[in-house]
Amino acid sequence: MSFTLIGKHEKDKRNCRDGYVQAMLELMEADKSVVHVDCDLMNCINTGKLKAAFPDRAINAGIAEANAMGVAAGLTATGKKTWMHSFGCFSSRRAFDQAFMSAAYAKLGVKILGSDPGVCAAYNGGTHMPFEDCALYMSVPDAIVIDPVDYVQVYALTKKLTAVEGRISYMRMIRKGFTTVYADGSDFEIGKGVTLKENGDKDQATIIASGIMVDESLKAYEKLAEEGISVRVIDMFTWKPIDEDLIVKSAKETGAIVTAENHNCTVGLGAAVARVLAEKCPTPVEMVGVHDQFGQVGAQSFLQEAYKLTADEIIAKVKKVVGRK
Amino acid sequence: MYSMQKAEKMQALREFAAEIRVETLKTIGSLGFGHVGGSMSIVEAMAVLYGDVMKVDPKNPRWEDRDWCVLSKGHAGPCAYATLALKGFYPLEETRTLNKPSTNFPSHTDRTKTPGVDLTTGSLGQGMSTATGAALGNKIDGRDNHVYVFVGDGECDEGQVWEAAQFAAHYKLDNLTCFVDNNKNQLDGKVDEIMSHGKGIGAKFDAFGWNVIDVADGNDVEQIYDAVQQALTVKGVPTCIVLNTVKGKGATFAEPSGAHSSQPSPEQWEEAIAAAEAELAAVKAAK
Repeated sequence: MSFTLIGKHEKDKRNCRDGYVQAMLELMEADKSVVHVDCDLMNCINTGKLKAAFPDRAINAGIAEANAMGVAAGLTATGKKTWMHSFGCFSSRRAFDQAFMSAAYAKLGVKILGSDPGVCAAYNGGTHMPFEDCALYMSVPDAIVIDPVDYVQVYALTKKLTAVEGRISYMRMIRKGFTTVYADGSDFEIGKGVTLKENGDKDQATIIASGIMVDESLKAYEKLAEEGISVRVIDMFTWKPIDEDLIVKSAKETGAIVTAENHNCTVGLGAAVARVLAEKCPTPVEMVGVHDQFGQVGAQSFLQEAYKLTADEIIAKVKKVVGRK
Repeated sequence: MYSMQKAEKMQALREFAAEIRVETLKTIGSLGFGHVGGSMSIVEAMAVLYGDVMKVDPKNPRWEDRDWCVLSKGHAGPCAYATLALKGFYPLEETRTLNKPSTNFPSHTDRTKTPGVDLTTGSLGQGMSTATGAALGNKIDGRDNHVYVFVGDGECDEGQVWEAAQFAAHYKLDNLTCFVDNNKNQLDGKVDEIMSHGKGIGAKFDAFGWNVIDVADGNDVEQIYDAVQQALTVKGVPTCIVLNTVKGKGATFAEPSGAHSSQPSPEQWEEAIAAAEAELAAVKAAK
């Protein structure tokens, strides 16, 4: 793992989906066994480029996600390294029994891509807004669950996950350009959190975040620093298998934890971190995330305010959790 | 013209079917209860596939160029276990561990446990999609092989069967053949009473763009054999073979009721196995 943090809160000029497509173009060129199955959403994530370059191996299954998942499992049984894409709500909820039995239980390592995670579903509204997609996949034994943040991370993890055999993975993907966090060439290890900010024993708490909440955490870090409060910031892009060692180390060294996620925190990253701490290092935890609510329609900026997925909320929770020490 | 060669082949397939029936009953009987009905109805089709049609290598179950067989109606596992044992994939005695602790022979077929089982099934409808994906994967790689999948008539209630059917037709998967085990019964009763199939399952597959062959007696090896030979000549579309079968066929305690699963008494097991063995002897004597 080697990374360079940019973290200037600048909008990423490149769409996250293009990180997936670029990685797949390279993978499919190098390896004939790599295939992509889509569900009438190729135009949404630009996988038409894969279809144009590799017509036999970029497969449109139409609006039939359950079958698409089964087809992906069957392709994998013939030796293919198979990605299956739909919106996060459908590639999880709509095809879950198929992902569970035809793929995971059968040890056929389908790689599942869910676009528009959480509030990123914005104008598609509550019907399309998955706050439970990662929770569903975290319930599958041996599954890998990933919530990446930008083009660079999506690109790198698409390559890493393609090489994993025999176990399923679920990766969320923001479709558009969000915020640049990492510089080109950054590399990541599945199951290892990235410590983005650290100030030794000055740190009073650790913020553990992923996806769109990484940049909010970096903003919170800066504002807290202005107030003289030093915190540690971790990008925990792998929710499962979660980096237990890093969680315990951070808890021991800073004594307080705040989690931040674009998901239902009662069954998501917050719950996963709390489970580790309860078992291995009881520590005060506060959670920023969606607290067991449904989604709704609106601009992403409105939704982040509505569900308190903001730097301000992280700051409030840091102060609260430090007070609980 | 009906050749002597074909007559001998049919005789061999009838014997193989009678053996599979005996061994399937003994397999389920070793536990005392199980899915007898849907295991018995597909015995003849399994005999035709593994006795003649399919290219498989018992010493190399995952041979890349093999033909595939998927029991989407995964509860018919015991029939597959008996068939594969008789074919030499593993010793017959192993099937007698059916559903016992740490067995490699669970109720529903599992590709990670049983040599020769190509895909994992159990949640109905799913094997239809995975078999379709396997057919597509083999076609992409240009393999000269075929995928056979069995779905139950009750299983055709599942919407996923029809999602897969439209996909297979759209991608012109002529290397895929679907057998419908049309045994007219599902768990809660008669298919026509629980959830009927409109103009018929064959008519539905026809509407989805498949080549459809109706086999009047789906427990007759020759009729099944002829249908499969016809299916293998059809290019550009997948084939559906509707087998009009009898649920529980040949199991004395199950055939009269068409029961989905059975837990007969030890005496009833003895009677059923004795009857199946007598049938096997009769088939052999007819040579």
